[in-house]
Amino acid sequence: MNITEIIVVSLIKIVLVIVMILVAVIFLVYFERRISAWIQYRIGPNRVGWKGILQTTADVMKLLLKEDIVPSASNKTLHTLAPIIALFVAFSTYAVIPFGPDVTIFGYQVKLMVADVNIGVLYVLALTSLGVYGITFAGYSSGSKYSLLGGIRSSAQMISYEVSMGFSVAGVLLLSESLNPQKIVLAQSGWMWNAILQPIGFITFVVSAFAETNRLPFDLPEAEPELVGGYHTEYSSMKFAGFFLAEYANMIIASAMITTLYLGGWQIPYIDKLGLGVTLTTLLQVGAFFLKVIFLLFFFIWVRWSIPRFRYDQLMSLGWKVMFPLSIINIIWVACLIMIFNL
Amino acid sequence: MNLELILFIVLALIAAVSAVMVITQSHPVMSAIFLILNFFALAGLYLLLNAQFIAVVQVIVYAGAIMVLFLFVLMLLNTSSEFKVLTDKKFIKFFALLISAFVFVQLAYLIFFTKPSNAVKGNLNVSSQIGTIQNIGKELYTNYIIPFEAAGFLLLAATIGALILAKKKFE
Amino acid sequence: MTSIPMEYYLVLSGFMFSVGIVGVLIRRNAIVVFMSIELMLNSANLTLVTFSSYLGNVTGQVFVFFVMTVAAAEAAVGLAIIIAIFRNKLTVDIDKINIFKW
Repeated sequence: MNITEIIVVSLIKIVLVIVMILVAVIFLVYFERRISAWIQYRIGPNRVGWKGILQTTADVMKLLLKEDIVPSASNKTLHTLAPIIALFVAFSTYAVIPFGPDVTIFGYQVKLMVADVNIGVLYVLALTSLGVYGITFAGYSSGSKYSLLGGIRSSAQMISYEVSMGFSVAGVLLLSESLNPQKIVLAQSGWMWNAILQPIGFITFVVSAFAETNRLPFDLPEAEPELVGGYHTEYSSMKFAGFFLAEYANMIIASAMITTLYLGGWQIPYIDKLGLGVTLTTLLQVGAFFLKVIFLLFFFIWVRWSIPRFRYDQLMSLGWKVMFPLSIINIIWVACLIMIFNL
Repeated sequence: MNLELILFIVLALIAAVSAVMVITQSHPVMSAIFLILNFFALAGLYLLLNAQFIAVVQVIVYAGAIMVLFLFVLMLLNTSSEFKVLTDKKFIKFFALLISAFVFVQLAYLIFFTKPSNAVKGNLNVSSQIGTIQNIGKELYTNYIIPFEAAGFLLLAATIGALILAKKKFE
Repeated sequence: MTSIPMEYYLVLSGFMFSVGIVGVLIRRNAIVVFMSIELMLNSANLTLVTFSSYLGNVTGQVFVFFVMTVAAAEAAVGLAIIIAIFRNKLTVDIDKINIFKW
């Protein structure tokens, strides 16, 4: 492939991924509201469109048409910059997630990921560590005490849980001997999923992912009853929509990362034994990836409406006194596995 | 002009301008933000130099951890407008500019007007593989294992020290 | 990589180091002084990585790794000291923290 072809193919992939995320977020918000209604024995949105399916679109239209209020006590540049950072971080993380095996379309060998980076996992970790800036700047620049408290809470929370997240990922890296997401997926062929081989690491990673995405039970940066709305108290209109979009996009990226690192990515165990054609196998594998992600998204919503919020000190002691030691135990466990079974 | 040179010029300009902004901004939070921008430009330069591991670690450690700590403290203390930005001792300002200009001229002289050693001349087309994680990991766990352990011990000591210093009462 | 002369990187690094010196000497906020020190450490890192890449020797990058470790430790302890001072004096102005100077 020459350079023009590479650029064209990459552009197509980028546009496809962004459109996919936007559509997914719209449906995710709708499903969250429907599932929460189902869990709480309510009806949920059911007026706009068939069974209320256009509710989110209507909400987005409403947000776009509203007045953009910038508080007079705020730092205007940072106030605008914060949602942009949040969105940028949320979207650029998708670049390294593999959706399926390499395929051949019109004679081109195409990788089903935007960028095949050798250090893909580290790239994701770097970007998630930047995600904290969006919230911190939002909290600081609003010039409101609720926002500031939300911002400070979030920076402490996200730094703390990043540590156990990094240590859980180390276990995966030990087994797959690579930082390339595609190679990590390939290392989990058959039933050798990391979730089965290292269940402790799986649990710590999922809990840290909940904390990093600021979802309940760890949504202390927002915490409506105590902080009004936390870091986005002073945001309205388009900028608020930006934060909203970033939160749900982060949820999808967290699910995709859990799938890639622990649930075998796009792999279906023993599908090659069935003797299906190449095209059908690939389609099934891509479908399997999306099914796994959708299940995890359902799990996110399920947890949100089942478990109450932690208190702030409980959150910190859970992070440092439970999750962090557990993730280190996981590394020792993986090292023992490698030593005993020569994996 | 090739692509690499354009990238270098853009990143270098960002790094230089943001470095100046760090020390000229009156609000400490804005200084911190420009410092973050500077670290990003440096990470880009490391990528240009094929040091991918260092580039990512630069973003994770500096931008993701150290600067968040700085911002955290700045937000908690919130000391933005209580005092003047620059020191009011005139001679210090004068000597600061003088010393730094002297250092810069000296460095520039050393860089441009001394003979490069043979090693620099001889190895200009080295492989781009030296900055990979495999290489650095191998080096860290074999030749540099004792400094590596010492670094871990240093971090432990720093953690305990920070905890004790930040406690409310000294006992 | 070879298309850019090594001197460009080194001059940029030298410039950042000089800016860091000015920052340390003229700013009054202790935290900004700290940031200037970080700037100087980073310029040293840039030099190390440049030489490491152009010489094809990984030692420079390993050293940058250690510099980052030390910088993290320094930031943690230094900021803790600044908070302790702020508790006692209610300021982080280094021109006012002169209780040892008689």
